[in-house]
Amino acid sequence: MTTLTIAKTIATALAEEMERDRNIVVLGEEVAAFGGTYGATQGLLDRFGPDRVKDTPISEGIIAGAAVGAAMNGLRPVAEIMGINFAFLAMDMIVNHAAKVHSMFGGQFRCPMVLRTTSGGGRQLGSTHSQTVEHLYAHFPGLKVVSPSNARDMKGLLKAAIRTDDPVMFVEQATMYSEKGDVPDDVDFLLPIGKSEVKREGRHCTVVAYSKMVGVSLKAAAELAKDGIECTVIDLRTLRPLDMDPIVDSFKQTNHCVTVEESWAMYGVGAEVAARLYETCLDYVDAPIKRVATKDVPLAYSGPLERYALPSVDDVVKAVRETVN
Amino acid sequence: MAEIVPMPKLGFDMAEGTLLRRIKQVGEAVQKGDIIAEVETDKATIEVEAYLGGVIKGWVIDEGKTVPVGSPMVVIGAADEAVDLAALGGGPSAAAKAPAAPAPAANGAPSAGKAADPAAVSTPVAATTETGRVIASPVARKLAADAGIAISQIVGTGPGGRVVKRDVEAVVASGVKPVAAPVNKPSVAAPVAPAIAPVAVQAEDQVVPLTKLRTIIARRMHESTSTVPAIYLTIEVDMAAALNLRKQINGLVADDRKASVNDLVLKASALALRQFPNLNSSFGGDQIVRHGHVNVGFAVAMEAGLLTVVTRDTDAKSVSQIAAETKPMIARARDGKVQPADIEGSTFTVSNLGMFDIEHFTAIINLPEAAILAVGATKDVPVVKDGQITIGSRMKMTVAADHRVTDGAEVAQFLQAIRKNLEEPLRLML
Amino acid sequence: MATTTPTKSKRAATENAATPLSNEELLRLYKQMVEIRLFEEKCEELYQKGKIGGFMHLYIGQEATGVGTIAARRPDDNIITGYRDHGAALACGMSARVAMAEMMGRVDGCSKGKGGSMHLADINLKFWGGHAIVGAQIALGTGLAWAEQYKKTGAVTLAYFGDGASNIGYFHESLNLAKVWNLPIVYICENNKYGMWTPVEKVSATTSMAHKAVSYDIPSDIADGMDLLDVYAKTQKAIEHCRNGNGPYFLEIVTYRYRGHSMGDQRAYRTAEEIKKWQADDPIGKFEDVLLKAGIDPTAIDAVDDEVKAMIEDAVAFADASPFPALDEIYTDITIE
Repeated sequence: MTTLTIAKTIATALAEEMERDRNIVVLGEEVAAFGGTYGATQGLLDRFGPDRVKDTPISEGIIAGAAVGAAMNGLRPVAEIMGINFAFLAMDMIVNHAAKVHSMFGGQFRCPMVLRTTSGGGRQLGSTHSQTVEHLYAHFPGLKVVSPSNARDMKGLLKAAIRTDDPVMFVEQATMYSEKGDVPDDVDFLLPIGKSEVKREGRHCTVVAYSKMVGVSLKAAAELAKDGIECTVIDLRTLRPLDMDPIVDSFKQTNHCVTVEESWAMYGVGAEVAARLYETCLDYVDAPIKRVATKDVPLAYSGPLERYALPSVDDVVKAVRETVN
Repeated sequence: MAEIVPMPKLGFDMAEGTLLRRIKQVGEAVQKGDIIAEVETDKATIEVEAYLGGVIKGWVIDEGKTVPVGSPMVVIGAADEAVDLAALGGGPSAAAKAPAAPAPAANGAPSAGKAADPAAVSTPVAATTETGRVIASPVARKLAADAGIAISQIVGTGPGGRVVKRDVEAVVASGVKPVAAPVNKPSVAAPVAPAIAPVAVQAEDQVVPLTKLRTIIARRMHESTSTVPAIYLTIEVDMAAALNLRKQINGLVADDRKASVNDLVLKASALALRQFPNLNSSFGGDQIVRHGHVNVGFAVAMEAGLLTVVTRDTDAKSVSQIAAETKPMIARARDGKVQPADIEGSTFTVSNLGMFDIEHFTAIINLPEAAILAVGATKDVPVVKDGQITIGSRMKMTVAADHRVTDGAEVAQFLQAIRKNLEEPLRLML
Repeated sequence: MATTTPTKSKRAATENAATPLSNEELLRLYKQMVEIRLFEEKCEELYQKGKIGGFMHLYIGQEATGVGTIAARRPDDNIITGYRDHGAALACGMSARVAMAEMMGRVDGCSKGKGGSMHLADINLKFWGGHAIVGAQIALGTGLAWAEQYKKTGAVTLAYFGDGASNIGYFHESLNLAKVWNLPIVYICENNKYGMWTPVEKVSATTSMAHKAVSYDIPSDIADGMDLLDVYAKTQKAIEHCRNGNGPYFLEIVTYRYRGHSMGDQRAYRTAEEIKKWQADDPIGKFEDVLLKAGIDPTAIDAVDDEVKAMIEDAVAFADASPFPALDEIYTDITIE
């Protein structure tokens, strides 16, 4: 076990995988000489050379396009799109091609690629640079969408993402790169894609979150415990496939649920989780399921405004209290 | 133009009412403000005043019948006006005297329905929607169904009176099994669902269905003890000066203003509450609501159960003023005729069992208040004063307080403040 | 040939003319062009009968482009194209049976009936598909080429697109990256004069597609798309350039789409005279002359025509007999794990 930042964990996981499989190549803006905008590809160029670690033009469409084409033709590219807001420029390639080349051609082609990108607000970058929109990609059958909440999961899930033969959107929360965590040293440490994890158990309310909001939810749960309100906190880890099993199990005990996401609530992850609970667990519902999310506005630059719009520990505490009341 | 007087909403959380008695009969003239009916709500029996004058043209519902708030109850119109009560959804008894005339086009009350067999109609206590559907969460419905309990008989504590899981669990835990239809048929043993802790009923036992008031008390007390982390502190008060003062006051005022010990305690508590606003507050989840008014309620024992009546702005009233208000309220409560204002809005409660010679007890907090004061009897006891044993008048008081709102030290100081007000009773006169 | 579409050779030439290809090869390529033509004419009929659904874009008139370029590839060179893909599929060697079954949404189609007309593909033929999002195949082809470069296979990728797709972002991003990364790819622009229903000059800053390659410093050439031999020769040169590690190459092939953009096209945007002019220069008729000049017996050519007709009838019978996929098949091949 080694304590690493998330950025270092990603670089380490990439290096271990590149060591293992020569077909793994890394491409993206500033990933080679500069080591990645967030330092997540630091050291790879020196170690694996320019054929395997490639800087690209600022051209999201062809970054994703080259990755899909190369993946179809035998490579296992790990492409970095600097931010999920820029990934909109690659959206066609991701949702129309990466997600479809396997099925539309009757299973002939494979697309074993990982598209790493960052998501989330909280850095005073204004409305176009601060969005949390991975759930949009989770809408599409054919893609896997992973968004871990901590360093250990980053390693286990990134490696699993690289090793799966399916295309994976691997979404990292942009303010979390310097967060540290204990990371297993095992070069074959893998976590299954499509498995939620129970992070804390409690009998009053099931709190469902992923990525940065897991930490927020755990803090809220600690706060609520002081007043005797015990929450189960579940980390989705993967948005597609969505593992509802632990959520359903917990909800049948707690009968209350709050979902927490950094994106907007409308048509979001919380909406999906809530809909599934209503579909499968209606007889266990004791109160309306609440969604905590970013306020339904574009994020502002000004710090206090941005913080006000983003979901907070207090928001989660309040929502849980309201639902269990 | 005849007007349909609906089942009135007599409290903020009243969802339905039972017409206990028609005080004005068909054909009788009524003035605005005349009492026309007695209605039983969850909390009390309340006299309903006419809000318009005219002649009672007909009663739409029978005595004893429970209907949602807003359902047509009685029609008041001009003396010579023809009214088709059948078209208003009245039962046969109501329609009996109604002249056959074209139905008024719009009566806006389709939910009243035709009178059904009264035996088949239950008396729901749960909150209902406008269409009469009981407001209950799905899991509450399922648990109630599994336990064989009629959901309509469970009082909801969730938002808007929603029956939630804990309400069903409380009923299940109580071992009582409310069902929709009357169950007091001695020859038929009511099936007991295994989910309820069964109460063995022997032949000599008497099964008494829970009254509404009893149901409310059961639910409220359970809710309080199961949700409030309470702390209990007791203090002893030298009552000699207070009793002396009471004697003096009562020598000066008319009978209807004579103060009881309880009135002194109400005043003493009210003044202390002004000093300690946390004790005059409600716990609101993520906030504490400190009430602006000090409205001290006190428990009145009745045959059917317990009712808390309320003195308003108690801190600002004189002892004799308080006495003048409490007496009729107690009388109304014992007659089952309290008005909504008598029982709503308390911010703190006093429960006094001194008249039963109880020395000391603890009371259960009356949610959503933060504290309750349990007052025992004043007793003559030997006390040591200046090295000599003498006879002193002593009274024990115990506060139960919501520890989420306040802490032991604060409650202790609060109790000291009440004591000081009673031991130096001129403070009550200021 | 019994079809009305191609303008046939006058069969006047008799002298033996030298070609870079053997007579056998000439006949094979002729057969491919006829196969494409008759296949598509049959598709038109089946579409009208409701046996083929969706959008269908016909290649008729452009046969020399597909056949001529693909004839110049090594078997391991990659082919990827857009939605007008029947010609490329058949030229790559897909059987008319499998192609027709796919057109009709049957289980024996190349993509098990999940792709249809616009999404024919066969990974074993290194035919990476028709792709119906305009220009996407340019980017995907660039990725295919990158993988070959990385694996040092020497294989070259031929990525096809129309003049319309040269205005899309993928085109420019791909050419730029291919040049920067020195990728072995021939970008083949089939300039058929119309992007959907709009003439190229109305929507493109330059009507010369080859000009567009200049700004990316990619060498280019222009071929006559009605002349299979010209297409073949210039493609050979382009592939050679890439195979030798010189980076990408751009080939504009000037051709003409006889049919509309897709089925149901009113063709009001162009004149009958214009179509006639191009049909007079029909690539199949023109190539028949080449065969005759090469000394191939006309009866051998007629025999090919008959063989292809029978082949197409057989393909239709095969496709008709092939069942629709089981309904449960919708749940397969979405992800691998």
